[in-house]
Amino acid sequence: MGLLVSGKGREARKAPRWLLAYAVAVFAFLYLPIAVLILYSLNGEGVGGFPPRHLTFDWYRVLFSDGPIWDSVLNSLQVAFAAMVISLTIGVPAALALDRAQFPGKALFRRLVLLPLILPGVITGLSLLMLFNAAAVKLSLLTIVLGHGTALISVATTEVFAGLQKLDRAQEEASLDLGANYRQTFWRVTMPNLKLSIIGAALLIFTLSMDEIAVSFFLIGRDNTLPLEIWGRLRRGITPEINAVSTIIFVFSLVAIVVWYRLRMRHGGTEAGMEIVEAVGGIGA
Amino acid sequence: MFSRAYKTAVTLPPLVWVAAFLLTPYLLMFCYSFWSVSAAQIIVHHWSLDNYRELLRVRVYWQTLFRSMWIAARVTIFSLLLGYPLAYFLSFHAGKRKDLFYQLVIIPLWVSYLVRAYAWKTILGSDGVLNTLLQYVHLTEHPLQFLLYSPFAVVLTLTHIYTPFTFLPIYAALEHIPRNLVEASHDLGATPGQTFWKIVFPLSIPGVLAGATFAFVLSLGDFLAPLLLGGPGGIMISNIVVSLFGAAYNWPLGAAISFCMLLLVVSLIFLSEHLERKWGFS
Repeated sequence: MGLLVSGKGREARKAPRWLLAYAVAVFAFLYLPIAVLILYSLNGEGVGGFPPRHLTFDWYRVLFSDGPIWDSVLNSLQVAFAAMVISLTIGVPAALALDRAQFPGKALFRRLVLLPLILPGVITGLSLLMLFNAAAVKLSLLTIVLGHGTALISVATTEVFAGLQKLDRAQEEASLDLGANYRQTFWRVTMPNLKLSIIGAALLIFTLSMDEIAVSFFLIGRDNTLPLEIWGRLRRGITPEINAVSTIIFVFSLVAIVVWYRLRMRHGGTEAGMEIVEAVGGIGA
Repeated sequence: MFSRAYKTAVTLPPLVWVAAFLLTPYLLMFCYSFWSVSAAQIIVHHWSLDNYRELLRVRVYWQTLFRSMWIAARVTIFSLLLGYPLAYFLSFHAGKRKDLFYQLVIIPLWVSYLVRAYAWKTILGSDGVLNTLLQYVHLTEHPLQFLLYSPFAVVLTLTHIYTPFTFLPIYAALEHIPRNLVEASHDLGATPGQTFWKIVFPLSIPGVLAGATFAFVLSLGDFLAPLLLGGPGGIMISNIVVSLFGAAYNWPLGAAISFCMLLLVVSLIFLSEHLERKWGFS
């Protein structure tokens, strides 16, 4: 590269001022509601009103002695964990199948697995509701688990499939040649190589399930998940207690993302969620 | 290299699960759409096209569908207008802070959908943050009523929710553009505008299409934001489906609408794929 080229290159990388301002404005738009949410969780005067007055931690105190909220948090944690187990149990083999096996209906299978990623939750939720109704299954947390578990197979499969693309097949071949059987090769060679993809998928599935509402909305039985508990309260009138619980969840999600991000960056992975985006771009292909 | 038994072991369980919990429900929805409800509120397994005829006949379904599509179209356009320049800025001008900025775009995605919709409600309400701020600085005397419970509120909230979704594929597409193409264009004397419109933009079209599909499809099927912020003028097609499955108790008609939505969504995905192949250069 000559001097001239590098000079021009540097010039090209400097953002025009309007673009910089625009980017700042978009960031402000993205963060405004989150800032309002957190700020008003401390507002003694209730939700809304400017400027915020009488900053207090009272709403957090109310929150901590609020039984139904914590019951629903516990339910959500159980649902998210069970959904994660299901999605991984089905999604990891599904990725292996898509990567390594040829079978009739493979293209349809791939599309069906990915579809819940882009399908509005109302369709996924209602079609499962009809299934459970036809099978005379009573709605409960279990039906929500099945719904989340099924919809989020897509996440497990795309993450693990991307991991498999980077996997060096020679390692598995060597293991098989050296006399290990398929089971040993799977647990000692394939799985350790996919560890990062699987942890990433697990974190994503857990967070997505904790937040999910559109599918749960139709499959809910007697016990609420946290988003549905919040939904119920929103319809009755709003208090900063909801801001407080949302702030706490936000902080936990943030921790999960940071953990995941550091894991990936340390192992030279791509940026978070990129596989899913590219997979969704290819659902119709 | 992998034995038949291995392939069967990894293929069969997912196939069975997907058949049971994805394929069967969609087929069941399809079947339901031909059934009907008797006067005694029992679902009659009698096959007819009556539900689809009803959809064609009753204007409110069409109006609501078109309103939903119009809301989704606005959300798509605004998300692209916000997401594209942001992605461009990150990809070409963020330098060393690219990763940090990328994370900053992703983080709002992890704040629960419901919570963000609720935050907008507290901002837009008549005694909400925005109205009291406007009165505090004496820009307005009375609260602006059109802010909340209107299609405007739904479009604003959904744009906020889906901008990161549109940003992601656009950013991915921009990141895949070989930088020497851009430098060559500069070296050969193209202005930054020419370089953008003749090199960068055409190569980013697949990302734009994927992002637009995301925003359009997901906002088209939304029913929570309209319930929370839409008011009577902001009712969308999924709200009708929800009420048909709830109080109105007409599952077959609701299934017919859902199935039409499913068809619409799947055709949009195929259309976007087709256009991507046609216009994309990858």
